[in-house]
Amino acid sequence: MKRYSAFAIAREAARYHTGWERAWRAPIPKKKYDVVIIGAGGHGLATAFYLGKNYGIKNVAIIEKGWLGGGNTGRNTTIIRSNYLQDPSAALYEKARSLYETMSQDVNYNIMFSPRGVIMLAQTHHEVRGYQRTAHANALQGVKTEWIDPQRVKELCPIMNIDGPRYPVMGGLWQARGGTARHDAVAWGYARACSDMGMDIIQQCEVTGVRSENGVVKGVDTTKGAIDCDKLGIVVAGNSSHVSEMAGFRLPLESVALQALVSEPIKPCMDIVVMANTVHGYLSQSDKGEMVIGGGTDGFNNYTQRGSFHHVEETVRALNETFPILSRLKMLRQWGGIVDVTGDRSPIIGKTPLGNCFINCGWGTGGFKAIPGGGWATAELIAKGEPGPLAEAFSLDRFREGRFIDESVAAGVAH
Amino acid sequence: MLILTCPYCGQEADETTLHAGGEAHITRYGPGSSDQEFEDYIFARQNPKGVHFERWQHAYGCGKWFHAARCTTTLEVFGTYSAQTLEPPKEVTDLLDEKRPGWSWGTLK
Repeated sequence: MKRYSAFAIAREAARYHTGWERAWRAPIPKKKYDVVIIGAGGHGLATAFYLGKNYGIKNVAIIEKGWLGGGNTGRNTTIIRSNYLQDPSAALYEKARSLYETMSQDVNYNIMFSPRGVIMLAQTHHEVRGYQRTAHANALQGVKTEWIDPQRVKELCPIMNIDGPRYPVMGGLWQARGGTARHDAVAWGYARACSDMGMDIIQQCEVTGVRSENGVVKGVDTTKGAIDCDKLGIVVAGNSSHVSEMAGFRLPLESVALQALVSEPIKPCMDIVVMANTVHGYLSQSDKGEMVIGGGTDGFNNYTQRGSFHHVEETVRALNETFPILSRLKMLRQWGGIVDVTGDRSPIIGKTPLGNCFINCGWGTGGFKAIPGGGWATAELIAKGEPGPLAEAFSLDRFREGRFIDESVAAGVAH
Repeated sequence: MLILTCPYCGQEADETTLHAGGEAHITRYGPGSSDQEFEDYIFARQNPKGVHFERWQHAYGCGKWFHAARCTTTLEVFGTYSAQTLEPPKEVTDLLDEKRPGWSWGTLK
């Protein structure tokens, strides 16, 4: 595959852009692969990429029922941060954040990673104590964050009203190395790199069954025929319970809708990401000038990829007080994704009751930021058959053993 | 907007006046149960793509908890019924047989 570079752009400009190749192949599925991964979203593609890059396993198929990156990877608010309270979470998300920094070079695809800084606003006394605690925990974990006062918040984000009557800004948890990335490019970059390694990305191919013999996985049935495999990775986010039922086990998950919306584009007015967890809203400005707004989840199980309107209303109403500039903006688009939420709001990366079948799920509302780290840890799990240090604490049996990684207080809503 | 009829007070309630309570008909295990039973009771969920039996509270109404049968892929509501029961009433399951032939729900069907 030809490399993307400044030289390539100049070369193609000189010949009317006739020499660009397709970014990835559209292969006919083979009869058998060493590893089959269900789900060509960010985590599935990252898992395949690191299987090839770190472990040399390249006879891999990634099966996708829709189009690659068309689920939550293409529906999130692109925020990247790693200021988590618990040690296993901080290690995993910080690994992901650090991999994002060099990802454009690693996959030779510009993912537009922008470490512009993330503030999590404290708007109640409870949040002040919670975020100060997180800042101390992060210092011990080696994750660089700091507690900042309201004046510093105002300096970083001048459009903010810090004296609101209902939700005054009492400070914030500031991670200068957090930021955003182009979400589609993350999926496309990994897909192009995987295809370049000889892996098959099979789109428009839905898994209809999981075949096993004597408790060990043998392959999958799909709408494009049966595909055998030695090892199976299930990386399907909101549809995890649906696929795990085919594989014969249940998961501690509930699938709910999470929504986001964007405004009409306006001139640059905000060069950081702000999260306001008390009011369930988070905000950043895209390169096109749109204000990107994320809201809270609905309370009921849902697979429709659309959420309840009143949650949008609540989010916008609450953000209007802190960001008066928003009050006259028209909202252009609103959409929903189906997120799989666990009891302790932490993901599951681990073995399953079915032999040689591994799962990566339960990211809830915060999967995008973790894509490279989740892929790295899942690749290690699949390659070695046992979880490595990053994934160890996130195993499925932690629910039976009571080893929760409780992030529901620190980051339950706005991941 | 999701609208459910409260089986106790008979009001049509929209989702802003209701509180969702998750999966219904879960067997509650007590002292002396195995770890597996406790795990299933507390964490394991069917989370189906399709027919879902669930608990709701008429929070800004009569305040009572009731059950509903609903499809998670279309948001169609098949009926609501009292929570003082171990299984859905016959009129709900008859409607499900008609509208969603082959539906299943754990050990109930």
